[in-house]
Amino acid sequence: MIEMFFQILTADLLIATLGMATPLIFGSISGMFSELTGVINLGIEGMMLMGAFGAGIVSLATGNPWLGVLFGMFLGGCMGVIHSVMCIKFRANQSVVGVGINIMAAGIPAVMLQYYWGNPGRTPQVASIKNISIPLLEKIPLVGRIFADINPLTILALVLVLCAHWLVYHTPFGLRMRAVGHHPKAVDTAGINVFAIRYISVITSGVLAGLGGAYLSVAQLSMFVNDMTAGRGFIALAAMIFGKRTPLGCFGAALLFGFSDALQMTLQAIGVPIASDFLLMVPYVLTMVALAGFVGKTVDPAANGKPYVKS
Amino acid sequence: MNSKQHIPLSLKIRSSLIALAKKMLDPVVAIFLALLVGSVIITFTGDDVVLAISSLVLGAFGNLRSLGQSFLAATPILFTGLAFAVAYRSGIFNIGAEGQFLVGAIAGAYVGTLFSHLPAFIYIPIVLASGGIVGALWAFLPAILKIKLGVHEVINVIMLNKIALYLTNWLVSVDGPFRQGSVQPATPFVCEVVRLQPILPKSPMNVGYFIGIVVAYLMYLIMWKTSSGYQMRAVGYNMHAAKFSGINAESSIVKAFMISGALAGIGGAMEICSVFGRFYAGFSPGYGFEGIAVSLLGNNHPAGIIISSLLFGALKTGAMRMQILAGTNVNLVKVLQALIIFFVAGKWSITELYARYKEKKRLSDRGSVANSQKGENQ
Repeated sequence: MIEMFFQILTADLLIATLGMATPLIFGSISGMFSELTGVINLGIEGMMLMGAFGAGIVSLATGNPWLGVLFGMFLGGCMGVIHSVMCIKFRANQSVVGVGINIMAAGIPAVMLQYYWGNPGRTPQVASIKNISIPLLEKIPLVGRIFADINPLTILALVLVLCAHWLVYHTPFGLRMRAVGHHPKAVDTAGINVFAIRYISVITSGVLAGLGGAYLSVAQLSMFVNDMTAGRGFIALAAMIFGKRTPLGCFGAALLFGFSDALQMTLQAIGVPIASDFLLMVPYVLTMVALAGFVGKTVDPAANGKPYVKS
Repeated sequence: MNSKQHIPLSLKIRSSLIALAKKMLDPVVAIFLALLVGSVIITFTGDDVVLAISSLVLGAFGNLRSLGQSFLAATPILFTGLAFAVAYRSGIFNIGAEGQFLVGAIAGAYVGTLFSHLPAFIYIPIVLASGGIVGALWAFLPAILKIKLGVHEVINVIMLNKIALYLTNWLVSVDGPFRQGSVQPATPFVCEVVRLQPILPKSPMNVGYFIGIVVAYLMYLIMWKTSSGYQMRAVGYNMHAAKFSGINAESSIVKAFMISGALAGIGGAMEICSVFGRFYAGFSPGYGFEGIAVSLLGNNHPAGIIISSLLFGALKTGAMRMQILAGTNVNLVKVLQALIIFFVAGKWSITELYARYKEKKRLSDRGSVANSQKGENQ
């Protein structure tokens, strides 16, 4: 039993945890940006998928995965533009638009892939971003192994968490974002443009989701496969609510999902005599237990889902 | 109060027809605009636009066979749409119809193999009810967690969707108890009496969709004509006001969640009876999520959902023919669906634009009058 425990609890598990958590970190921070200002974003899944698609095709066309990442962010941002214009300007139901974005993003890649390569299912192999080792950090005992073999996009995700925390809690813009989410009228009365803050946040949300998707197609795998997000956008949404819409909370929740995913893979690899379907359930059951047991009530921003009408 | 009786019947019919036409105008315009944008995409990918659109329409409505296919494709999303609508009207965001649909389907598939001697008119309701009960129980968990511990239902139903997926996959896997010696990961076929038979010659159409319409009417009665339906809608409209007026919000939430789960579960069992006859791994290609779109497009009202589910079903069916004849990928339909959703949700419609134009004009008229008055005062 103890032997098995040590077989499971290795540095590899930590590395796998970070790897699985990376797209969720981007996704949940993306959702946080949108929802903090009071715009519900159910379209994270679709935005991530478009990001993965954009990164895949540009990496294939140019051979440079970083250009792919940029284009993935661009396509995610385009989805963010659609979401923000529909929700803010046309005051459409935000959940409806999010669902629409998911459906649209599930359709566009197949149509385009069929047109360019005749195969609607996937792209050919594309150039991908290789893992690197960080010179000094890898010498740290225990956690050093993580930094000896880490993907640059994972580092970017970690940096993003810190930047987002700084932005949301230590800058005037962050204060305005939170205020717009809770009481847009008060913000408007103070002479701040509610619409501008919402536009910036929702489009940023799209860009970040695109980045998370790009990780899937040019770092985790090196090709784009249809529906490759496989519900990660929704898991990111859950992580965001779980993390109470704070950057550090989102990070923790994403790590928890990543950990249970990695644990499931490790258990399968060492041949634990449990049906794989039950192991695959582990992350989701764990989340429900954690929510029911420790986290409890979550509070939505007061103006969440309500379009602002300037009077 | 007698004034209503003095209106001649013909006038009444005419005014209700005009009201209906006004309601239908926006969705019709949205479909037209979506097809227009779709044509641009088809042109861009180098396929024949006229052939693609005509085969899309003919593939959906062209003959009895394709019409029947459209109705079959509309049936599961009619049920998941109704499921979403009940919850949405009651203030709950149930994106868990996917999971409830799956557990309902596998329950129906299991019960459908048990009693081969029952007549169809008893057995089919039993199969549907078993799907509904299991779906309702699957929805009970997030409901109770929401009211007792305050856990946000959206996370829990997303988790339960995944759990339902893996649970049902396991049940029909090699070691699973429901597989019973079939070669594929699937349950055995249900008894022949359970399977709905085609009602028209040369068409796969069966009564499934019409049972769905009856269920939609029942849902309308529950939500709009009973006091507990009123309470559910009151909680959905304004929880605090409902509580203040003495409504037990907690029990309303549980009720609404379970009705929603039951509707999705019945939809799953119906899919067993009407199309596949057995449950297999990967049974639902996202019917739960499509139901959200169907419901929102139908204004979360049973009558609207009946129409919008048929529209989505027809688009999906027509797309197959479009892909074969014009070479345009079948997934173009998803883009069309999304565009329809955007156009309807964004109210980019003639009626709305006209209303806005009138409002603007009224405001500017009033403004100029006010200005001129101001001028006179000075």
